[in-house]
Amino acid sequence: MRSNGLLVDVKGVDKVFRRGAERIRVLRGLDVEIPEGEFLALMGPSGSGKSTLLNLIGGLDRPSAGQVRVAGLRIDNLSNRKLASWRARHVGLVFQFYNLLPVLNAARNVELPLLLTGLKSKDRKRRVETALSLVGLSHRLKHYPRQLSGGEQQRVGIARAIVTDPTLLLCDEPTGDLDRKSGDEVLELLQTLNTEQGKTIVIVTHDPHAAARASRTLYLDRGRLSEEPVE
Amino acid sequence: MKYLGLILSNLKRKKLRTALTALSILVAFVLFGFLAAVRVAFSQGVAVAGVDRLVVRHKVSIIQFLPASYGDRMHQLEGVDLAVHATWFGGIYQKPSNFFAQMPVEPEPFLDMFPEYILDPEEKAAWLATRTGAIVGRVTAERFGWKIGDRIPIQATIWNKKDGTRAWEFDLVGIYDGAEKGTDLSGFFFRQDYFEEARAWGEGNVGWYYVRVKDPDQAAQVAQAIDAEFANSPAETKSEPEGAFVQGFANQVGNIARILTAILAAVFFTILLIAGNTMAQTVRERISELAVLKAVGFTDRAVLGLVLGESCLLTGIGGLLGLALAWVLITVKGDPTGGAFPVFYFPIPDLVIGIFLVVVLGVVAGILPSVQAQRLQIADALRR
Repeated sequence: MRSNGLLVDVKGVDKVFRRGAERIRVLRGLDVEIPEGEFLALMGPSGSGKSTLLNLIGGLDRPSAGQVRVAGLRIDNLSNRKLASWRARHVGLVFQFYNLLPVLNAARNVELPLLLTGLKSKDRKRRVETALSLVGLSHRLKHYPRQLSGGEQQRVGIARAIVTDPTLLLCDEPTGDLDRKSGDEVLELLQTLNTEQGKTIVIVTHDPHAAARASRTLYLDRGRLSEEPVE
Repeated sequence: MKYLGLILSNLKRKKLRTALTALSILVAFVLFGFLAAVRVAFSQGVAVAGVDRLVVRHKVSIIQFLPASYGDRMHQLEGVDLAVHATWFGGIYQKPSNFFAQMPVEPEPFLDMFPEYILDPEEKAAWLATRTGAIVGRVTAERFGWKIGDRIPIQATIWNKKDGTRAWEFDLVGIYDGAEKGTDLSGFFFRQDYFEEARAWGEGNVGWYYVRVKDPDQAAQVAQAIDAEFANSPAETKSEPEGAFVQGFANQVGNIARILTAILAAVFFTILLIAGNTMAQTVRERISELAVLKAVGFTDRAVLGLVLGESCLLTGIGGLLGLALAWVLITVKGDPTGGAFPVFYFPIPDLVIGIFLVVVLGVVAGILPSVQAQRLQIADALRR
């Protein structure tokens, strides 16, 4: 259930990591609201907690304190099994280093999230072809990651992220490992998914050029968020 | 089934490592099959021993003789249906390694005592009519390429002939088969009267007796009665069920089952370490990939199942191929010693145990890496 078009509602979130006896407080009482259909960029220096926040929104990690609600559902206290099931249905993830399985070809990489659904083989195949066609790779179905360029691998990664038609697309430095041209193609694709498919997208980036594609940019530094870059 | 492709793809990731691990598992299960057949070779006599048969031997040792006259006295005892004697001949055919048992017996009562030896009536008649006649089991006949009508020379090691020589010759008049799979088809039997007449010493003595009792439930009482009959005589007896006698004979080599179990335990422990190491390596190499699976929605249990499935598939490929190869080699090629084992086959119960071991090996080898994969924290693993 969504209220007032708000898709993501993060309230008073702390995240503390332990390294031996040391406690590192990465996020401090952080609040953030992301409306449905927004293309949000998160920027900030290395170690500022951008990826940590993304992981909390995507249910890949749990906050030390505070609440994370997505589409009205509080996800920070779900069991591991329920959280996995929720991720499968609602979240698409795009990683900086693509994180494709090298032993599977493009089509089978994209098919992975669909294995968790009750879809039959032919339906899965149809959806995989549609997803790869959306990212312009219908001619690379049988290619293995090692046979694809970085840009193509990232587009396969995006196809894998959208194949289940998720509510939320979370991208962790999606252009960080790409040259400018390939990066632009990927950003163009994400923007299209946002404007034409209405996908809510959160992108973590160091690159102002990438952030410029977003409809809003938030800056994270020393565990706190702001609308303006911290000097 | 939809995950099978994913599991197979992972196994193909390092083809050489997978092949070598599967090969080592295969060899272990071939060995398992052969050791099972060897164990059967040593213990089958116990399994097929007649429940109504006793073996009566000298109380001191089997190599001490008993008087031939004991047979008639045993027949007088209540509960005894039939008593026949046999004697160890211990001859050599061509060379000492061509071992097989040879015994002089009285043909008709002997065949009556052992109905599991199937002999053609014409061959039986020929044996009864031929003083130097002998019959042999199918395994030994095929081992040496003997056929009916052959003259078989055997060099005695115990029994000199009256003419001072040790060369005995027999006319092969019959080849017997077994009524059941485990029947010993390696024996060579010739006529007692020929033996008695020709041997230089020991006349009137025999090696031991087989006694058939009328009621198997009374076997213990009959054994006691026989031993009591010959108590305080120069040749006291020890009577026991045929199964116990055969077991005691096999135990002279040692506790075969325990020796084979020890060998197999060492082999499987080694294989467990090899397969376990392969699975541990494969999980270590794929930490981030396993994290991606979890990130896209695979549950902890599903990831555990994938790794465990991979382990079971790896041991399954090697183990089942090994069992199949052992089956084929044992069935087609037979006894690797060329006939020293009276029976040699891969028993179905051992095959089932082998299949069970394949599964156990897969689960045990994969359990620790699977749990490691199950416990992966996505965010931590993605950072590695």
